[in-house]
Amino acid sequence: MTLLSVEGLTIDLPPGADRRHAVEDVTFALEREEILCVVGESGSGKSMTAHAIMGLLPKAVTVSSGAIRHHGTDVLSLPEKQQRALRGGRISMIFQEPMTALNPLMRVGDQIDEVLRYHTQLDRAARRARVVELLASVGLPEPEHLRRSYPFRLSGGQRQRVMIAMALAVQPDVLIADEPTTALDVTTQKQILDLIREVQATRHMGVMFITHDFGVVAEIAHRVAVMQHGRVVEIGRAADVLNRPQHPYTRQLISAVPHLIEHRADFARAGAPLLKAEGVSKTFHLGGGLFRPAKTVVAGEDISLEIHPGETVGLVGESGSGKSTLGRSVVGLIRPEKGRILFDGTDLLALSRRQFRPWRKHVQMVFQDPYASLNPRHTVGDIITQGPVAFGEDRRTAMDKARRTLELVGLDASALTRFPHEFSGGQRQRISIARALALEPKLLVADEPVSALDVSVQAQVLDLLEELRHRLNLSMLFITHDLRVAAQVCDTIAVMQRGRIVEIGPARDVFSTPRHAYTRQLLDAIPGKAWSIPEDLTPVRRRGMAS
Amino acid sequence: MNADFWHAYARNKGAVVGLVFLALVVALAALADVLFPGSPWDMATAPFQPPLSDDAPLGSDTLGRDIASGIAHGARVSLLIGLTSTLVAVLIGVLLGAVAGFYGGRVDDAVMRFTELFQTIPNFVLAVVLVAIFTPSITSIVLAIAIVSWPPLARLARAEFMSLRTREFVQAAVTTGQSNATIILRQILPNSLSPIIVSASLMVATAILLESSLSFLGLGDPNMMSWGYMVGAARTVIRQAWWMSFFPGVAILLTVLALNLVGEGLNDAMNPKMARRGRA
Amino acid sequence: MPRIVLFIVQRLVKAVFVVLAIAVFNFFLVHAAPGDPAMVMAGEAGAADAKFIEQLRQQFGLDRPLIEQLGTYMGKVVQGDLGYSYRQQRPVLSLLMDRLPTTLALTLSAFVLALIGGVLLGTLAAMRAGTWSDTAITIVGLTAYATPIFWIGLMLILLFSVNLGWLPAFGIETVGAGYTGLAAFKDWVMHLILPVATLGLFYMAVYTRLTRASILEVRDMDFVKTARAKGLPEWRIVSVHILRNAILPVITVAGFQAGHLVGGSILIETVFALPGIGRLAFDAVLQRDYAVLLGIFLVTSVVVVVFNLITDLIYTLVDPRIEVAP
Repeated sequence: MTLLSVEGLTIDLPPGADRRHAVEDVTFALEREEILCVVGESGSGKSMTAHAIMGLLPKAVTVSSGAIRHHGTDVLSLPEKQQRALRGGRISMIFQEPMTALNPLMRVGDQIDEVLRYHTQLDRAARRARVVELLASVGLPEPEHLRRSYPFRLSGGQRQRVMIAMALAVQPDVLIADEPTTALDVTTQKQILDLIREVQATRHMGVMFITHDFGVVAEIAHRVAVMQHGRVVEIGRAADVLNRPQHPYTRQLISAVPHLIEHRADFARAGAPLLKAEGVSKTFHLGGGLFRPAKTVVAGEDISLEIHPGETVGLVGESGSGKSTLGRSVVGLIRPEKGRILFDGTDLLALSRRQFRPWRKHVQMVFQDPYASLNPRHTVGDIITQGPVAFGEDRRTAMDKARRTLELVGLDASALTRFPHEFSGGQRQRISIARALALEPKLLVADEPVSALDVSVQAQVLDLLEELRHRLNLSMLFITHDLRVAAQVCDTIAVMQRGRIVEIGPARDVFSTPRHAYTRQLLDAIPGKAWSIPEDLTPVRRRGMAS
Repeated sequence: MNADFWHAYARNKGAVVGLVFLALVVALAALADVLFPGSPWDMATAPFQPPLSDDAPLGSDTLGRDIASGIAHGARVSLLIGLTSTLVAVLIGVLLGAVAGFYGGRVDDAVMRFTELFQTIPNFVLAVVLVAIFTPSITSIVLAIAIVSWPPLARLARAEFMSLRTREFVQAAVTTGQSNATIILRQILPNSLSPIIVSASLMVATAILLESSLSFLGLGDPNMMSWGYMVGAARTVIRQAWWMSFFPGVAILLTVLALNLVGEGLNDAMNPKMARRGRA
Repeated sequence: MPRIVLFIVQRLVKAVFVVLAIAVFNFFLVHAAPGDPAMVMAGEAGAADAKFIEQLRQQFGLDRPLIEQLGTYMGKVVQGDLGYSYRQQRPVLSLLMDRLPTTLALTLSAFVLALIGGVLLGTLAAMRAGTWSDTAITIVGLTAYATPIFWIGLMLILLFSVNLGWLPAFGIETVGAGYTGLAAFKDWVMHLILPVATLGLFYMAVYTRLTRASILEVRDMDFVKTARAKGLPEWRIVSVHILRNAILPVITVAGFQAGHLVGGSILIETVFALPGIGRLAFDAVLQRDYAVLLGIFLVTSVVVVVFNLITDLIYTLVDPRIEVAP
């Protein structure tokens, strides 16, 4: 039975936007008892479509044609009062960012109670009972106590569960989930995906699940719709789209998915290690004052690893695991209180700030956020030459070198006089890499360098890093939360949990025979691990093989 | 300040009007001696002349001085004091705030306690006390206004510096070997200027209000004819001569309004995202 | 210990520090001023009386080292001795205590008016952002904000007293009428209407602007979208979700504004000839009675500190995220 039918939907953007339509002539249907995944990159219009269904479009954006039928009735033509009755009642939605999706000044239980108050005739006691029941059904502990908590006391995963409870309060038949797990840790993501799957099955609902991650699609979808630039380019059963994609864009997206590479050649460790970290520990003390003790956060405890010349070591962990600590210590942004970091034999941590300076040239960093890592008021040329100039090189020579560095990262020399805002996210990361390479370092610390990028761009930047490290015989410390991404580029992988390294070894071993329970948990949580990318779409991915 | 900026600025009609009016006031101040030669303290005609009289287009005051002349010369005083005191306040505030925001820790704590202290003190009362004790003069007035006005600027500068210090491009500057001084001057400062400039332009308006209030109470520089003084001097004769208080007050109102509009316009132009919000 | 109590104690300690710091500041002002500190403390009138000056020298130990003087001064302040006004022939503290009620009545009423009026207008403007009513409110607000309050006061007197004769122009009571009980109260209120309206109008503009901006910002936040997605009626979204969150910065600013309001009372009481602390300040300036002036400075700071304490408390009650104690 068709629950929701989107027919020829076209949504106009206000004049001055980079294209006329956010969404153009989109048609698809959501059946009962199925999870339909809508996949696309940023700007594909997938989120806009969802907002249109819920009547949550911003004022400047309007539906110019098409219909959205719920059980046959066109939702868009209904008067506002009836639309509101549907919203939260028969059709509900959960959003991406759990940290900001709940009213910070209202108790969690009250926020769920609100839905019941305005959609049902239940009295206070009945509502209260139902709230507790709902919280329990989404797996939250101590629901009677939790309902009186304020959102700030809950973790991201817990808040998302509350959102789901809120969405299910009045037994809707359609649930729209707009990237609900994108902002969550991979283990939490698995729990939420399991929850949504269970909910959908037991309540016989139709779920429209929006995501950019094909792994998630492989994990939960019954059917898939692929969107690009506001149009649906492919739609069909999950097995068909994932294994026999027809449209070139779908094929491009799937081939860009980071995936376990079983064929990666073992890295031959030659000579003395370039970097040797021994027992590095760092604890942060936050707040504290006259009347309250400081909070301590263990950012790293007894971290030890080695990086040999030409090797890429990956530090994988979820948020709060301390994975950034070592990287930041090596480049001098953090000062650990214990341990040694030996670079080519010299203990960097024993050096004073001034003594450390010349060593900066050997270790450079690439940051996560392409929008915040470039000074918006400097030209690309200024940015790339800032390091060499700070170390005394004259501007002209530095600029010449910058031109060559830009070439290395695949950008045209004309970029030198332009400003960051003229470039896309992927291009900005390339500029970031160029800046790091300008000082000709021996070790590159990449701190989540592709986490903020779209999947297809992500693949390009990872390819670039791979190419550069072979060409320049660069060593890399690659920090990421995504094991799949680590699998793409790392020779050795270290898994971190709560500040400690729980497992470390060659990538192949860590993936095929994980020893620590947490590693196994992480591997198990990878969405869609049962699915492998179709053979004909993996030509580019073979670089890790014996070359 | 390129073409894009002026386009964005011009979109706010109020801001354009404000800028035009401000230009007029500056012109009036500059040409005061030409338009109204002689001192505004001189007796120009008979006292208590209503507006549109022969020698006094806006009337004359209790001692026969030309009100229009007073307004023209007063423009100088207001603009001078407004700009200078704001400049001093900006220097103090930005310096303290930048140091607090950049270095953090105990330095930040100390500066913040100090700033909080000044923000708790009722600022107009302090200004009155300072000017009264150190005898009214341009210097004491400018310093008094600066001393009571710097805290919000310090808070702003501190917030900007704190937020920018942890921004990734600043961290990149650290890792590529730039010195602290270079980082502050070339990386952080240019990116923190726009809110400071907007704040400063709004502060000139507040400074003019403060100055006029001080002169109203009789704490203005005795050698300078200021708009506030004119209103204050006419306070007791308001029943008979409304124009003596009216016109100088209007002058203050329009100038401060113009400055506020310009400040808002600058804000909209430098932060285009904010500008669009109110109109969705 | 319950969190609230711990919080209050913490804040009180801080408040005491602030007041002491201001007292120290006063002390150094007296000594930094041009001329002999004794003359400064005696004021213009007292300076003429040599015996009084000699008395002051002894009391404050003006020939002792600076540190000792500071100690003596602080000791006196803590005991409530803020000096003596030669001109008024009264101890400063008792003079101030007499005048305080009028000023408090004025500033508190103006504050309540400004806050309620400002929040209402700001909400209205924000909900109708972009329409003519929003523009109208914004323009009136901008103009009110740009107008010097002493001038508004004078113009209002001109309009309502001189021309229309509806309200009295000066003073706190109709002299010689001999009202008592309810009639006296009514008379008192009539005399306060114009001053409160004048002082309140300016700050109403501040709160209008702030509320409007805050609401517009909160309106775009994620949790408001969630509330919409729940199908709640618009009025509930505005009152419970938007307003409650938007009001937080207004409370913070209200705390800061206290000092400005008290300062504004100097101008208002001068214009309307009200027997409050502000008017006293004006007279003290004219008469160069610095002891009174410094006393006013201290007392008004105390008022502001108390006020800040109250707004801080209200803020923590409204926002559960503030960690009152570990």
